[in-house]
Amino acid sequence: MISTRHIVECRDLGRELPSEANRFLVKNINFAVESAEVLGVIGPSGAGKSTLLRLINRLDEPTEGSVLFHGQDYRGLDALALRRSIGMVMQRPFLFPGTVAENLAFGPRQQGRALTTSEIDILLSEVGLTGYASRDALTLSGGEAQRVAITRALANQPEVLLLDEPTSALDEASRGSVEQLLEGLIRDRHLTCIWVTHSLEQARTMADRILVLEAGRIKTIGSPAEVLPHA
Amino acid sequence: MLEHYFPNQLERGIVQCLIAALATLAVMLLARRRAPGLLSEISLAEVRGLVQIFVVGIILAALLRGPAWTSIVVLAGMILAAASIVRKRAKKIPRAFVLALIAIGSGAGAILTVMTVTGVIPLKILTLVPVGSMVIANTMNTQSIFLDRFRGEVVSHVGEIESALALGATPDVAVELYLRAAFRASLIPAVDNIRSLGIVWIPGIMAGMVLSGASPLYAALYQFVVLTTIFSSSALACFVASHLVARRIFSDYSQLLLRA
Repeated sequence: MISTRHIVECRDLGRELPSEANRFLVKNINFAVESAEVLGVIGPSGAGKSTLLRLINRLDEPTEGSVLFHGQDYRGLDALALRRSIGMVMQRPFLFPGTVAENLAFGPRQQGRALTTSEIDILLSEVGLTGYASRDALTLSGGEAQRVAITRALANQPEVLLLDEPTSALDEASRGSVEQLLEGLIRDRHLTCIWVTHSLEQARTMADRILVLEAGRIKTIGSPAEVLPHA
Repeated sequence: MLEHYFPNQLERGIVQCLIAALATLAVMLLARRRAPGLLSEISLAEVRGLVQIFVVGIILAALLRGPAWTSIVVLAGMILAAASIVRKRAKKIPRAFVLALIAIGSGAGAILTVMTVTGVIPLKILTLVPVGSMVIANTMNTQSIFLDRFRGEVVSHVGEIESALALGATPDVAVELYLRAAFRASLIPAVDNIRSLGIVWIPGIMAGMVLSGASPLYAALYQFVVLTTIFSSSALACFVASHLVARRIFSDYSQLLLRA
């Protein structure tokens, strides 16, 4: 049954390895995410966590099943418009050459919307980067760059935010502050999130539900209390 | 010295080719550790090039007696061959042959047409074929560099390109920086040729014109015409390719298909 509360729903979603028939990166993926819900995705390396996010963002094409966005099969939607509604933060920030402000303005510009200086300042103050607007994006530290990447995704005002282990490439000191930032943003903005993480503790504190992936298939899905061993 | 041992011009030419080829082989043997595999590639390329230019010499000798329009057929054949060579350099780019054919055909075709119609290049086999072949060959080289550089830029910036896509950018916007880098890099040799004209090198066509009785000043001016024509053709071909290539490395749903 399709529920209108569901923003994103994966139905029998699967992706076969392009080079090998009958070998799947992910298969039989079924779940739905409601508005303002945080779904934590955990699992060992190679379980298909990043593939799952790439399929939801339609950076890769499913070979089986589909993703419904507000109840509509996303294959009937414009891929670019879909990505503007489903933001994604990758493991590394991949900032574009130019200033921090230009990076933040990139997404809205694709929709023909120019960010004002005050909008940029507000966004930067939210992530603790006040005064960074004119800084060269490629000279920032890892933690600062990832903050800009998160803000860049939020500048598009996405309905859903996909987080692909956004702190995994950071050093220990930056990791904690970026995680705190994300937790604050998610709570304050009531963001709908699918958050891939290696940290069980992070999943326990932040996620409303946790999905465990193993070898490309859902092993279990449920509340943190149901899924995670008690500390 | 060679004239003494080989009074026949054709025999002397073959020996000159062999000595020139041996010099390249010696250099490649010396530098083989820097570029493994290049020795066999250049050997094959030289054999192939020698056979081709020999055949072309025979065809030219026959064509010189034919009507002027046959030079257009010869140049069209050269464009086909150039596109085929570019395709081999751009293996990872889907349908690269058609892409190169359209790019070189429109670049070299348009510029040579303008030059011929305005009388800058006389519609005579003796001038149109050699000048046209130089334009096509240089345009081909520029295309190879453009597509090779573009592929390299894309595979080393997959993260940035997919980040742009994830923010809702079109494929054209997502690869714009890398198209610019490839466009600029591919035209550096053509720009340098014009910049160094007469200082670093005096190209063969000028020497040929002087040898065949043209005034050195006219030959010098005409050399400028040839090099700027080469640049225009190369730049136009890259411009056309830059509008076609992005579509080839993305799926219909704006997913990046080109990987390392």
